[in-house]
Amino acid sequence: MAADDRVILMGEDIGPLGGVFRVTDKLQAEFGSARVLDTPLAEAGIVGSAIGLAMRGYRPVIEIQFDGFIFPAFNQIVTQLAKLTNRHDGTISMPVVIRVPYGGHIGAVEHHQESPDAYFAHTPGLRVVAPSTPNDAYWMIQQAIQSNDPVLFFEPKAKYWQKGEVDPSAAASPLHQTRVARPGTDVTVVGHGAMVTTLLQAAEIAGTEGTSIEVVDLRSLSPIDYEPLLASVRKTGRLVVAQEAQGGVSLGSEIAAYVAEHAFYSLQAPVLRVAGYDVPFPPARVEGLYLPDADRVLEAVDRTMHY
Amino acid sequence: MVGTRAFDTECTHLQRQGQLALWVPSVGQEGCQVGLGRAAEPQDHIFPAYREHLVAKIRGVDFVNLAAQFRGLTHGGWDVTDPANGNFHLYTLVLGAQTQHATGHALGQLLDAKRAAADTRLDPGEAGTATGEATMVFYGDGTTSQGDANESLVFAASYQTPQVFVVQNNRWAISVPVARQSRTPLYRRALGFGIRSVQIDGNDPLAAYAVGRRFLDLARTGHGPGYIEALTYRIGAHTTSDDPTRYREDGELEHWQERDPIKRLEAYLRTLGVEDAFFAEVWESADREAKRARDAILNLPAPTADSMFASVYSEPHPRIEEQRAWLERYESSFEGADGTKRGSDQ
Repeated sequence: MAADDRVILMGEDIGPLGGVFRVTDKLQAEFGSARVLDTPLAEAGIVGSAIGLAMRGYRPVIEIQFDGFIFPAFNQIVTQLAKLTNRHDGTISMPVVIRVPYGGHIGAVEHHQESPDAYFAHTPGLRVVAPSTPNDAYWMIQQAIQSNDPVLFFEPKAKYWQKGEVDPSAAASPLHQTRVARPGTDVTVVGHGAMVTTLLQAAEIAGTEGTSIEVVDLRSLSPIDYEPLLASVRKTGRLVVAQEAQGGVSLGSEIAAYVAEHAFYSLQAPVLRVAGYDVPFPPARVEGLYLPDADRVLEAVDRTMHY
Repeated sequence: MVGTRAFDTECTHLQRQGQLALWVPSVGQEGCQVGLGRAAEPQDHIFPAYREHLVAKIRGVDFVNLAAQFRGLTHGGWDVTDPANGNFHLYTLVLGAQTQHATGHALGQLLDAKRAAADTRLDPGEAGTATGEATMVFYGDGTTSQGDANESLVFAASYQTPQVFVVQNNRWAISVPVARQSRTPLYRRALGFGIRSVQIDGNDPLAAYAVGRRFLDLARTGHGPGYIEALTYRIGAHTTSDDPTRYREDGELEHWQERDPIKRLEAYLRTLGVEDAFFAEVWESADREAKRARDAILNLPAPTADSMFASVYSEPHPRIEEQRAWLERYESSFEGADGTKRGSDQ
């Protein structure tokens, strides 16, 4: 915001309250209510207005308060924001960032912990990213704001309270680049957002049992940077895809198909998916059974190892 | 008005000949469109729905480009950033989506004015800021039922954006009458949002012009948004896909044909002493222009296959590049000895 005065923040409760997760805390006091706008409670209106602001040359960064509340704005995102550059033959850009706190692990009520990321990764014209570390959160939001394309920025709610190192002076990885979070040789496991922590836990446990897991952090869900993932699979010969969202017709399905198409002769076992079940996100008291944990990841690792 | 009607008629014929996939006639609604279109200043921005052919023409958009989308050549048709097109934005087919883009755009005009004045505060419902420009958005009576249209009124009232909402109430949302949509006159809804509103005779171009100027002036000078309900009538079908005889009562069309804005203006001009020769020349030149447009529409080039990929993103995207390259290779595999290719329209 300090670097570019065309960056405008908009959302419900992002002003004096600082957002329900306090991500925008004190920004209104610093930049004024004409740059950090508390909006009426209307998600479609927030996205639709941001589109008009982008047409005017602004770079709106908007907050959808919770993942389950993005759907009233789905039309504006999918039929308008995603398509307007194309409809204008490239004469205008849509540099809008939509921040979405997403995913489970916080024991919230209905519509407050979902994983709608694949809907948007499915839509041409949008870019979709999800950081898994504080350092990535720091860098990727800035890169998303600098992008001239609309970016859905999925923030794993489970990570808001986790601390980690941020290096503001180091060169940032490109926004749409897959990262190897932990090297290994026997099985590749891939995921994004809070799932990466689960995968690292699983790798830690497997290591003590003699299985070397390579953990790959997608970081970007659209476009997916496949080369590092394919390189990993060519090395290990085995792949487990893990995600919080439902498994059917999902990012995991896409990754499994792509890897099968491009690394078929390297695979020693079918690609396995570990995912949320194909049910609505359950009440919080059973979310522990729904969300893939290290044990479920390791169960899939065992299956692929013994195939 | 006459020119637009002639063009409109040509496009309906072109659709019947299979040359357009669809046409959206504006016949009968030229009165409010010419008045409101002329009321705007060059610096103002206009967000149409998809039936504002005359407003487009007034702002400089070529009729030929207007028809390109309906011929299946593009999803746009003109360069909004080219000053020649008079800040006239693209047609929007998703009902009401453009009301929010207009509100965001008007909010941008307001923020521009605040930045220029080094004013960092934007309080809800505060008295307006003079922006020197305004945004006008068009939609129909059916769209007033959409959530997006109502949310845009909330935002406009909250931020006191410099904009004018124009509802062309042509009495029918395809086959659903306005009475099915609203228990109250539409202009009274705006009052509930705290937005000044007025209902006008939309078949009276002079009334539309006068009220349009007044509301746009108020918006530009910092008095916030306004809402104009123009009562008019769609003499033709909603689009070339529907058949109004299935849903309209006998006699309704004839009633409104007597109140046709072109007939009314002609009658008024005759009372001022305008003579036959003038009207004959108007109709002849409209016919010439419509025929020019028809020929030009038929000669518009088909888009290349490559154009599908050209502007999906503003920045390079690996999957798009991969698929663009694949299609290029695939298509070249069909190249014959004479170098001809398969194409989208060949």
